[in-house]
Amino acid sequence: MDPDDSRPDAPPPPPVPDRSGGRGSAAAGPGSERTEPARPEFWRSPIRGPWLTSVLGAVLLVGVPVMFVTGLLSYAAYNPDLAAVNDQTPDKGWLGFYLFSWPTDPSWLYRLTQGVHVTLGVVLVPVLLAKLWSVIPRLFSWPPVRSPAHALDRLSLLLLVGGALFEFVTGLLNIQLHYLFPGSFYTLHFYGAWVFIGAFVVHTAFRIPVMVRALRSRRLRTEMRTSTAATLPEPPDATGLVPPRPAPATISRRGALGTVGLGSLVLFAVTAGQSIGGSLRRTALLAPHGQQPGSGPNGFQINKTAASVGIRASDIGPQWRLVVRGPGHERVLTREQVLALPQHEAALPIACVEGWSTADQHWSGVRLRDLAAMAGFPGQAPEVFVESVERGGSFGSTVLRANQVQDPRSLLALRVNGADLSPDHGYPARVIVPANPGVHNTKWVTRLTFGAAS
Amino acid sequence: MKAVRERYGASPLHLLLVLCSFALALYAGVRLLKGDTVGVAVWFVAAALVHDLVLLPLYTVTDRALQLLLPGRGRRTGTGSGWVNYVRVPGLVSLLLLVVWYPLILRRVPGFQLTTGLAPDTFLGHWLLITAALFAGSALCLLGAMVRGTRQRKGQSRPEARKG
Repeated sequence: MDPDDSRPDAPPPPPVPDRSGGRGSAAAGPGSERTEPARPEFWRSPIRGPWLTSVLGAVLLVGVPVMFVTGLLSYAAYNPDLAAVNDQTPDKGWLGFYLFSWPTDPSWLYRLTQGVHVTLGVVLVPVLLAKLWSVIPRLFSWPPVRSPAHALDRLSLLLLVGGALFEFVTGLLNIQLHYLFPGSFYTLHFYGAWVFIGAFVVHTAFRIPVMVRALRSRRLRTEMRTSTAATLPEPPDATGLVPPRPAPATISRRGALGTVGLGSLVLFAVTAGQSIGGSLRRTALLAPHGQQPGSGPNGFQINKTAASVGIRASDIGPQWRLVVRGPGHERVLTREQVLALPQHEAALPIACVEGWSTADQHWSGVRLRDLAAMAGFPGQAPEVFVESVERGGSFGSTVLRANQVQDPRSLLALRVNGADLSPDHGYPARVIVPANPGVHNTKWVTRLTFGAAS
Repeated sequence: MKAVRERYGASPLHLLLVLCSFALALYAGVRLLKGDTVGVAVWFVAAALVHDLVLLPLYTVTDRALQLLLPGRGRRTGTGSGWVNYVRVPGLVSLLLLVVWYPLILRRVPGFQLTTGLAPDTFLGHWLLITAALFAGSALCLLGAMVRGTRQRKGQSRPEARKG
């Protein structure tokens, strides 16, 4: 039952049993001028082969398109086509061809799409790493270029692998607020995704037949019952993944896939709670927003505290005023005057581009469409330019689309969960709009200009 | 058609699709590289190179060292698959968590508390406890396998199926 015995065309065993994992003597032979990893014999793992690669590839084939689509949706959710101030990638050109008015229904829409985007990204890390491990011999395949097609393929693979790792690394760093990368996250992650996806489509288009054939070559159920002792290499084939001189198996395919699955499961367990919220938030032991920031009515997740964006006590003290403007109209209101306007309630979540979100909070304040009426738009409300007292920063101001202003749940909120907003949640007043990305629910609002973006 | 295939090395369809993807990559790429061109290019290429030429060899060598340290196929424990996996599976999962969440675990994010209002010092402890739980779980699995192995050997004095 030695692995080699089962293979009809196995090469003759080496004269000296090589237990050091391929670092044997650089014996003369047809491959002697190659560097070590370029010799197929260098790669010893008996579980490497088209079947294992295809199982991992099939998972990514489902996961990556979901990541890409939810990523594109997140960009659309910012309504970048509405105003320059909403657009983090104004040079996008045709890459924004698909943009549409982001809806306000259901109110948890952005919670869902962005929670899936980030959590799935985290969960796919072990699958991606295992997939790359499974095909590593191909990186060193010899000769390095066999034909023009092979040369183009390798260049495409650089975009594929470089792009995948670039997207995962920038994404993972961004959700941990570790801004190491050379430029704006939005620019890098958005354009990087487009560089990657072209290579991904090419790769899948030409590998799907190979993948299907490989998946059919072995039954998953059989593999899931095969022990390490009974684990044999796949028959050698044209993919070059099967090692010609395999070492004895130290783990079965079941064990390898199980380890990857366990990795994904553990990552899910320590991450997903920050997007589900409620009592499950505590389970997100390693995710950035797994803790509860204090207790009481304002004890829910904060994207950026007042201190971190330079809000001074004088900005939001008694001198604070709300300016409501429209063509030919301007009203300046104190907080008491805003509180004296008809107050409405809405139960809405906060959902961040970083993937975390909160359950519905109970907000109360003035409807944006009532403020639009005050600014000279008694009928259909137009879009509104919202300005915060924040100085500088990417999201000190934003434009909300007419459908967002029109929604009866869209508020200029003054209170949450029965108490005044805390400074960190945007006291004296903040915007809250259903299904809106968190950074567009502007805090510390001081001016609303209706009909400004057109 | 056949001549193209022989000379080019693949179907002409391959050429068209690859060129299409390169054009798209260039269209997005010039936008990606605007600004810190060298920095972004280095990040993009280094992402692949660092993984393939540093990270992967590093964990492979670590794994080889582990196998040298814990040789054999677990014949004495009767676990069949060798007990190296009882170390490397929890070890791998623990390292995976560290790789994904290292900025928080190793406190590399200077403004975390100021920005979020959350404590920055809980992650290392959580990771260590999760690691402890993973190894404890693995120990229980190994114990179970050892007990099963002992029972099997007692129940039937059948010789081992595998040889050399």
